Amino acid sequence: MTDATAPRAVAAAAPPATRARGPWRDVWDQFRTHKGALIAGLFLVAITLFAALGPWLWQIDPNALNVRNKDVRPIYTALWDAGAKVSWSHPLGTDQLGRDLLANLIQGGRISLAVGWAAMALSVVLGTLIGVLAGYFKRLDGPLMRFTDLMLALPLLPLLLVMMLLFRDSLRAAFGPETGIFILIVVVIAVTSWMHMARIVRGDVLALKEREFVLAARSIGTPPRRIITRHILPNVLSPIMVSATLGLASAIITESALSFLGLGFPSDFPTWGKLLFDAVDRMADFPERVIWPGLCISLTVLAVNYIGDGLRDALDPRIRGR
Amino acid sequence: MLTFVFRRLLLSIPTLLVIGLVVFLLLDLAPGDPLANQPLSIPPEVREQMRAALGLDKPVYVQFFLWLYQFFVVEPLVLIDRTFGTAFAADQVRILSWQFRSPVMDVIWQRMPQTLWVVGMAYLVGVLIAIPIGIISAVRQYSIFDQIGTLISMIGFSVPTFFTGVLLIVIFSVNLGWLPSIYDTQLVVNDWASFWQQVRQMIMPVAVLALFNASQISRYMRASMLDNLTQDYVRTARAKGVRENAVVMRHVLRNSLIPVVTVIALGVPTIFGGAIITEQVFKVNGIGQLLISAIQNNDIPMVQTLTFIFAVLIVLFNLIADVLYGLLDPRIRYD
Repeated sequence: MTDATAPRAVAAAAPPATRARGPWRDVWDQFRTHKGALIAGLFLVAITLFAALGPWLWQIDPNALNVRNKDVRPIYTALWDAGAKVSWSHPLGTDQLGRDLLANLIQGGRISLAVGWAAMALSVVLGTLIGVLAGYFKRLDGPLMRFTDLMLALPLLPLLLVMMLLFRDSLRAAFGPETGIFILIVVVIAVTSWMHMARIVRGDVLALKEREFVLAARSIGTPPRRIITRHILPNVLSPIMVSATLGLASAIITESALSFLGLGFPSDFPTWGKLLFDAVDRMADFPERVIWPGLCISLTVLAVNYIGDGLRDALDPRIRGR
Repeated sequence: MLTFVFRRLLLSIPTLLVIGLVVFLLLDLAPGDPLANQPLSIPPEVREQMRAALGLDKPVYVQFFLWLYQFFVVEPLVLIDRTFGTAFAADQVRILSWQFRSPVMDVIWQRMPQTLWVVGMAYLVGVLIAIPIGIISAVRQYSIFDQIGTLISMIGFSVPTFFTGVLLIVIFSVNLGWLPSIYDTQLVVNDWASFWQQVRQMIMPVAVLALFNASQISRYMRASMLDNLTQDYVRTARAKGVRENAVVMRHVLRNSLIPVVTVIALGVPTIFGGAIITEQVFKVNGIGQLLISAIQNNDIPMVQTLTFIFAVLIVLFNLIADVLYGLLDPRIRYD
């Protein structure tokens, strides 16, 4: 008994300054004070869970046709229109082929979020790699930055559309319709969005490279690879994280814009943008089919942007603790 | 300054050439056959002749240099001919659209006014809204106005334009019936009634794009004002007894506008590029819509020329932004 309490007493008696308080703790404390970011974070978790766990909770096949139950209105329409065709088995209604909107929203969310995360991750890897290489190795700086400037001068949306059209058929043939388009969209979005990240990272690496701790590491013979992974990368993590959140938001928007322009996933493969696009023709009679997917996209992107805002404040040591 | 501009102009030539080449090679890879829409009953040898007529049998580099020649020599000559009534380009072949069978530049010229009116107006409105909002948000930081402004601008650049556009159509065209949902490009403005109709059909697309532009620019404006408000010269001015109004409007505003002006200049190419999605939503047949239809119909000369024009505009306005920065801010020297 005494053995168990003794260390605890020692720990409690120790002054708080000696307790290890990691930098991430400070970041979290600052992040928590940003109400909008906190709510946004909860929302993002909620909608991710909704998409991830949805198919187990709501077991209707999103592609199941049900002509008898087509054009069902959402359940809340009964509040003001008693004659509306509503049904508890389809709380958000069905489309003109009787496909359940809720199941489609879940399935669409899975794909939209997966595309967003994957494209963001790939673009972070590309941007960080090019930024670090250009910032750290002087010989690579010129060519890589000229290349980045060139990419920035390209009109991106047109090129995105052209690339979608170009590689669609060959990737479809290689990986099957769904995986092929998924790979294509992720790669195309990532390839057209890494440039800002690379520029930010390069600037930070250039400044860090001249600092004393890097010099010290180099003077004891640390190879460049180790300097980059041990000393440089942890220090450029915060700008990378902030622009990664913005990248996630823009990847989700780009994917839905591609779907909206009819150049995204194949037609029986719902994403939020695709659901919205398919519903536009009949939005006069069935506005809910436009509004729900649109709300999903907008709220997710809004949440991600708010998280980015909160992260920027939380990771900036000048603001932190104010 | 002049040497800087000159050097940048020279440097932009290889950039543009490489961009032109990249776009050309990308399009050359395109699997789509421009003759895919022709009937299958055409005999193969005739099909070959048709391909030859489009110049498709030549090697890629010949096609590329031909396009460059047409873009940089023939089209300017045509422009000179049109303005001065000369006939330099009388027997030259212009860049022909495969889709419309007419010169690409003529089609672009027809589509330009719609895009400039709608997208340009939206940009202007956006800037005019954004600057006062940015100023007030910064001066009254963390006030109710600032909080609401922040929320609205967050919404503005989070909600994609295809959703705001569709939402506005559902509310104002379908439910209320106040505004037309389709932009009528045939409309000729010649009296008050048609002018009013033009205004009504422009309200929604302009509002959608203006919200998007304003939300971005107002964030820049606010950040830039906040940066300047904590500077020493502001404290000096206040200590001298300059009225707060004059401090903000004369001292801080002028300095804060420098980075914002360059941001505004950098956004101008998007006006010409047309807001592809907004034009699609409201069925404005401007440049963006032209590009989409060209991509869908494998109209390679059109896509090539349009993308290249966008690239030229981006490079040009990057240069203009840099020059403006140097002109407005005497601390920046480009020598």
